[in-house]
Amino acid sequence: MEYGLDKRSNALKIFNTTFIIVWLLVACFPFIWTFWGSFKVRADFFSRADWWYAITAFNTLLETGGKFTTDAYSQAWTEGEFWKASRNTVIVTFFVVTISLFLGTLGAYALSRSTRNYAFWILIAALIFRAMPHITLVSGYLFPFFQLQIWGILPTTIVVLVAINQPFTLWLLYSFFKTVPKELDESALIDGCSYFQAFRHIIMPVMWPGVITAGLFSLMLAYNDFTVTALLLNQENHTMVPKIQSYLGTNQHEGNLMWAVSAVVSATAPLFMLVMFFQRQVISGLTAGAVKG
Amino acid sequence: MPNKTFFWFFLPTGLAMILFIGLPIISTGIQSFYAQHDQVVKEVKKCDPFGCTVSIVVDQEKTSKIREEKPLGKFNGFGTYVDRNHLAIEEIGKFWNETNSFGEFVDQVTNLPFYKALIFTLTYCLFVTPNVLLLGFIIALSLNAVTRRIRGPLIFGTILPMIVTPLVGSLVLFWMIDAEGIIGANLQMLMDDPYLSLKSSKTLTWITIIIYGIWHHSPFAFVVFYAALQTVPQEPIEAAIIDGASRWQRVRHIVLPHIYPVVTFVALISLMDNFRVFEPIIGFSAEGSAQSLSWLIYDNLVNEEVILFGSAAATSMMTIVGIAILLAPVLIRTWKEFRTAR
Repeated sequence: MEYGLDKRSNALKIFNTTFIIVWLLVACFPFIWTFWGSFKVRADFFSRADWWYAITAFNTLLETGGKFTTDAYSQAWTEGEFWKASRNTVIVTFFVVTISLFLGTLGAYALSRSTRNYAFWILIAALIFRAMPHITLVSGYLFPFFQLQIWGILPTTIVVLVAINQPFTLWLLYSFFKTVPKELDESALIDGCSYFQAFRHIIMPVMWPGVITAGLFSLMLAYNDFTVTALLLNQENHTMVPKIQSYLGTNQHEGNLMWAVSAVVSATAPLFMLVMFFQRQVISGLTAGAVKG
Repeated sequence: MPNKTFFWFFLPTGLAMILFIGLPIISTGIQSFYAQHDQVVKEVKKCDPFGCTVSIVVDQEKTSKIREEKPLGKFNGFGTYVDRNHLAIEEIGKFWNETNSFGEFVDQVTNLPFYKALIFTLTYCLFVTPNVLLLGFIIALSLNAVTRRIRGPLIFGTILPMIVTPLVGSLVLFWMIDAEGIIGANLQMLMDDPYLSLKSSKTLTWITIIIYGIWHHSPFAFVVFYAALQTVPQEPIEAAIIDGASRWQRVRHIVLPHIYPVVTFVALISLMDNFRVFEPIIGFSAEGSAQSLSWLIYDNLVNEEVILFGSAAATSMMTIVGIAILLAPVLIRTWKEFRTAR
């Protein structure tokens, strides 16, 4: 809003700038601090004596001979088996995103092209499903999954995450499909295409921005999930987030808390990179459906 | 689109949602009427030179046999719903009769696990949601006033708290606020109280978790408001400036009415998300003084000895009822709009 007529007083400008700087500090400093601290030893980052040690690296110097150490990382990734957790995360995320998008585009396309009442009710039902706390669903899964003996393995978790993710994906893609003019596929239908051919060859090629956005959100859901993965996977198959939690619980030996710190940094860094590259898509996804009222 | 085509297009996603969202809710409902079996006990007579004693021990064999035969547990009806860990009807009646003042009664009731969790969850929603709206709106307004060139990185910095998972976000804050972290240590120095720590006080824990909630959710409100601000028409604002409207008056009478539908959207979404608050409690290791409904379910499900399916399911059902009450106004409004649109 750069109004031509609008004149800002200097006081307002200063206030505005200060506010933004303070907010950015609040928003980003915890991450910067954790990143910094992940290269220290525990006695420095969680210093009983003096928090200033985290900056001067007093104990890190004593214990490792350098101001920075990557011990926490190497231990967490090897001894702590974080490599396994990140491999599991990659598997889960990849399949959740692919399957979600496949199911979601088909369903959302049908919803956007249907003029019947039931399409409206399906969307409302999806909204209600979206509101369900995940933990209540998990409490419904656990018992049948134990009985069917499909608890603890990756495929179950992938299917569950896909399903949980569907309501949001449907809504997002629905609002994107609505922006593609109907005439486009209608002309293809007149030319003798089936609905599926029209969808595959006419609509999908112009839908890529929407698909990328929906994919990003599925990815963030699968990557960030704690409730489902912590309760539906066994120790062996844990993904990164429940793994981080398990480092916190076992306080027997000193390294563990630093493992958690380095694991948090390792898990967060790829996400930040991704959002940096796809910032536009993330924001368009969050606002799709909202701004149109 | 013909019904048949619609059916085939929608089948995969519909099936996924029915199987893994619809059925689990029903499964939760059924489980909530069952409770885990009691252990079968037997009397063992033990004799030694000093005489015979009868002791009661758990019959492991029979217990596990019953558990295998009926894994769901024994039918309990609404028993789980009214027991001490849930609605605690009996206990409340007792407190009502026994306590002398109303304050004491409320005190007793809010110490019951379910009510304690309910109160925390509601307090969290009540404090976080409005503050998220407010802070998100202020950030959107002030970022909107910044030169366009540097907005990109500023927006990236702003949305960071939102894109990390709540567990990681709360851990990152916890490590700073903890007595051994940078903020905690400085606060101790500032307050001149070496024993000041997050865990020592219930109020402090609640405040921390609420602040975390605002920190985590504001970026979402910001993004939506920011996008909405881009669509505010320029002409009325220019007209208002010519008429001598102050900045506040412009925001109050032009910008706010324009983005009003978006405000309800954000409020609804953040209310839904706040109601399921649970990961921050684990991240801040605040189980001692703050429990939410979702945390109660989680706690039942990770129970060491035997998973308390029935108990978790009963809490889940009541949480779903809570969500339904929250959503009801929105659903009724949508339905009315839908009916008039036809």
